[in-house]
Amino acid sequence: MTAQHSKYALELRGITKRFGRVLANDHIDLQIKAGDVHGIIGENGAGKSTLMSIIYGFYEADSGEMLIQGQPMSIRNSQQAIAAGIGMVHQHFMLVDNFTALENIMLGAEGGARLKQSAEQARASLNELAKTYGLEVPLDTPVDQLSLGVQQRIEILKALYRKARILILDEPTGVLTPQEADDLFRILATLKADGVTILLITHKLREIMAITDCVSVMRHGKMVAHRVTAQTSMPELAELMVGRKVRQHVERKAQPAGAALLEVTNLSVTDASGVRRVKNVSFTIGAGEIVGLAGVSGNGQSELLQALSGIIRFQAGEVRLGDTTITPKRSKNPAQLRRLGLAHVPEDRHRMGLVLPFQAYQSQILGYQREARYNATITLKDKVMADEYAQRAETFDIRPRDPHLQSSNFSGGNQQKIVLAREIFADPQVLLIGQPTRGVDIGAIEFIHQHIMDMRNAGKAILLVSVELEEIMTLSDRIIVMCDGMITGELSHDEANEKNLGLLMANAGAKEASA
Amino acid sequence: MSEWFTLLISTLDATLRVSTPLLFAGLAGLYSERAGVVDIGLEGKMLVGAFAAAAIAHLTGVVWLGLIAAIIVSVLFSLLHGFASITHRGNQVVSGVAINILASGLTMVLGLAWFHQGGSTPSLTNNERFTAIQLPFAESMQTVPYIGPLYSDMLSGHNILVYLAFALVPLTWWVFYRTRFGLRLRAVGENPKAVDTAGISVATLRYQAVIIAGVLCGFAGAYLSTAQNAQFIRDMTAGQGFMALAALIFANWRPWPVLFACLLFGFLDAVAVRLQGVSLPHIGTVPVQLIESLPYILTVILLAGFLGKSRPPKADGIPYVKER
Amino acid sequence: MKPATAQRWANLLILPTLNILTAFVVTTLVFLAIGVNPIDAAKLLVKGAFGYQNGIGYTLYYTTNFIFTGLAVAIAFHAGLFNIGGEGQAYIGGLGVGLVVLAFDGWLPAIILIPLAILAAALMGAAWAAIPAYLQAYRGSHIVITTIMFNFLASSLMVYLLVNVLGEKGQMSPETRSFAESSFLPTWSEMLGWFGIPFASSPLNISFLFALFCCFAVWVFLWKTRWGYELRTVGANPDAAIYAGINPKHIVMMAMLISGGLAGLVAVNELLGVQHRLLLGFNAGYGFGGIAVALMGRNHPVGIVLAALLFGALYQGGAELSFDMPNVTRDLVVVIQGLIILFSGALESMYRPQIQRFLSRFVKDEVSA
Repeated sequence: MTAQHSKYALELRGITKRFGRVLANDHIDLQIKAGDVHGIIGENGAGKSTLMSIIYGFYEADSGEMLIQGQPMSIRNSQQAIAAGIGMVHQHFMLVDNFTALENIMLGAEGGARLKQSAEQARASLNELAKTYGLEVPLDTPVDQLSLGVQQRIEILKALYRKARILILDEPTGVLTPQEADDLFRILATLKADGVTILLITHKLREIMAITDCVSVMRHGKMVAHRVTAQTSMPELAELMVGRKVRQHVERKAQPAGAALLEVTNLSVTDASGVRRVKNVSFTIGAGEIVGLAGVSGNGQSELLQALSGIIRFQAGEVRLGDTTITPKRSKNPAQLRRLGLAHVPEDRHRMGLVLPFQAYQSQILGYQREARYNATITLKDKVMADEYAQRAETFDIRPRDPHLQSSNFSGGNQQKIVLAREIFADPQVLLIGQPTRGVDIGAIEFIHQHIMDMRNAGKAILLVSVELEEIMTLSDRIIVMCDGMITGELSHDEANEKNLGLLMANAGAKEASA
Repeated sequence: MSEWFTLLISTLDATLRVSTPLLFAGLAGLYSERAGVVDIGLEGKMLVGAFAAAAIAHLTGVVWLGLIAAIIVSVLFSLLHGFASITHRGNQVVSGVAINILASGLTMVLGLAWFHQGGSTPSLTNNERFTAIQLPFAESMQTVPYIGPLYSDMLSGHNILVYLAFALVPLTWWVFYRTRFGLRLRAVGENPKAVDTAGISVATLRYQAVIIAGVLCGFAGAYLSTAQNAQFIRDMTAGQGFMALAALIFANWRPWPVLFACLLFGFLDAVAVRLQGVSLPHIGTVPVQLIESLPYILTVILLAGFLGKSRPPKADGIPYVKER
Repeated sequence: MKPATAQRWANLLILPTLNILTAFVVTTLVFLAIGVNPIDAAKLLVKGAFGYQNGIGYTLYYTTNFIFTGLAVAIAFHAGLFNIGGEGQAYIGGLGVGLVVLAFDGWLPAIILIPLAILAAALMGAAWAAIPAYLQAYRGSHIVITTIMFNFLASSLMVYLLVNVLGEKGQMSPETRSFAESSFLPTWSEMLGWFGIPFASSPLNISFLFALFCCFAVWVFLWKTRWGYELRTVGANPDAAIYAGINPKHIVMMAMLISGGLAGLVAVNELLGVQHRLLLGFNAGYGFGGIAVALMGRNHPVGIVLAALLFGALYQGGAELSFDMPNVTRDLVVVIQGLIILFSGALESMYRPQIQRFLSRFVKDEVSA
């Protein structure tokens, strides 16, 4: 009753999972051959992690069927998944920071009520595993003193210690150095040689091409394509990931870029955990110009946007905004930057752009609450705010018009319009826009695009950050592409197409060493 | 033997007595908070425990039944806290505050209605309470210089709960660091998701921890009303639950340091009592209130990061939400 | 019905009502447990609290204290902070009153002395909140723990000062000498007397009007000024606050200073209005009561006035009840406070799944992203 009966180690039929109103997984079918390295790619939010969590029993599917080694299995919790031979290395490691590697590996698989004997046994079999697969880790050091690469090995050991025959890795190289990533791939090759089936979730095309046998592509909660890796290419996969959309028509009049309004020189950003997210980025945006920033999400665009808008600090480099020079030593906060004529439509309107419990006309002044026109000596001028909101709601066709409706009660598209209207009406010289049409219905997209184009035509400098290639190509005068925190190339509006952007996004042109 | 030595012995003797309820409650908080459930309600659980112990010991005449009642009632309050903070993912601090206030009100209301003594329970006879135990050879050791009084007057002559409280410290250490349950308990307070993905139920673990906290608070309460005193008096915990919480924080949420913090705070209390109205040579009168508040002052200074780094369990106070 | 409307109904009306009902159902059980007929008790309670002028006076006098501490908890809450330190802040506010009055009541006229004493109450309350606030904003110490510690510190400090420094010598209980009459706040019966309206003498004084004014001021501050706007932004969404250029640290300080100041005003009602001297424990229970008031009043001044009125009535009615029913003590109010904090606070979402299921029958699901 084992693998002989089925050539598939894992088979999914019609898996569906809903979170509230969001359909995270929509009738997913998937077949993984035993002993394969099977890649699953897709943009952030495509539903990959949810699907893996369902396989691992962390979430329960609303409907659908799962077969393991040909046997139908109902997996309701992680314990059952582990018993069925499934192991998972999560994107954010599931390690207890102040525990040693040994304690982390034993957790949940202790073997007895007292730790001592089980620890002895665990130590012996871990040494065995380490030798077999080249997975040496210091067993008695607290994991928060170990590098992320070593922590990941502990996660893999955790799975193997539980006798996993199917190993899921969710974005395993996201936090690794190139050397650590190479080590990981070597380990995975050893595992594969030993007959372990591996599921690799990633949005990095190069990894797919380098080590997988087959690849499946997810988009917007659906499984959209299956390919044999040897018979596909990075540009094809990039296209499948992003999807082709009907090109929207936005009037573009020829207009040479004017004087530089935003100049970024050698900007670097290091995050709280010490990882460099933006590396020596330089670019300029002139008056009347839209510069699109393309890239697979998670490659430093968000950090760049937040650094430019003053939300996080940058550690090196210089930003010139009009006549003002901003350096790490002379930093500006978002309020100061707004006064200097910089407006910012944040990528995540729920997290930053709006205060959901506030009424719409109150969210409409977020960031501008100290402006003279809203303020009497002590009180805010509610009537001015509401009137102004009413006028903007009319211009931007925000529905419903009611200024007193709670921000949380608008649809995504209308919430986005509230944010856009606020930042556009502030009449900035430089406008930073993140994901302007994420979660926005089709009808509103064209409308929003037209407003962004109008701002350009009015001589503003615009930085557009988007994971939607179509959007970037439609609106931008120039497109810069980021990969792994660096700018990997720049294309003009006319040069850009999905293929050459895809190559730059995957940094496929660069040499292996710099990956 | 000098007068000072006698005074020292009696102060240390008092320290042990005063530290005991702190220790029970501090360890209770340790179990709960190391599992990630903040326990502001130690005070309230001690109080209901004290009330139940005194009431049942008086009604049945059996002190052990009083202890059992204290444990049951305190655990019920723990379960209420668990229901709010684990099952319903409510605010754990609010829940703890509710438990304290509820405990304070209920003991007064029920106490008056049932015993008609202004909220106190009737005095217990010596048969109805925990009394002193003489350790072996206490009598004969008495005369040995220094070691004799140390053993006979300080260590010997406490009731069973005192010895139990101190025995619980190594036991707790052993449970935390040498058993499967302890490993999981510590893990769930740091990273519940890691526990969940390892196939262990976060809620079950946390309920277990909260129940243990209830049991220990029951002991603390029973100690107050049936060992240290001989009746329940309204609001008799008088902030000792919060003192235990301070000790727990001061000890950085670790078993042995909890013992030392409780002993330190108990010692300060014992000293304060002895210094009441006493004028020390060269110093004059030391404000008793200053000594009494030292535990709180020290804890605040520690929390402010001036005395090493305070490191609470990472998931302490954060409800575990699995679905996104 | 639209989903948004249903949500609003559930949040604003149905859930709070169910929560409070649950608290009262449990209270009824407590009554039964002590062998008291709940209906008789309720009648006596209402009569004691509202049945005659003196009772009403006492009810509103207690209400005044609960308004101050309820507002204190609410304003911190709107900034995302839980101020458990109202008890201590009220106490130290009393120290401010005491110091000012004892120093100046010999020679300052009432018109200067009283405002000065009120200011001192607010400033000292704010100062006592400032340290936990600073430690929270700049050193990351958890404000819940530090404010608890500061309650005990306030208590020790006041005992020390009243016993050793400020207390009148030769007195049995540690308290200061009586304040001069220039510091007395006009009572309700005096004030109504000016207009020829008779009103039974009671502790109710002008502080009640001041408390209502504070409600209005807090309402204006929170919902009508840019500072309130920024404070609520930090409480509702700290990330959006940073995006909007608001410094959350400054807001933590501001919210806690105001919160502590409001709590300190309890001393105005108690010391300037009623006790006319500084004494131990005048603050007892009001700080924690304020938590129940704020939670029940959903952190809105109007709700706080209503909740404070309920607790004031329970305090006064409970006292009357304990006269007539020897089995009952006024501490029953404490039980109700605890139950309200439990059901309106910690378990506020207990009925949410059921309510949502119930309401969803009436909701037309709109297709929206």
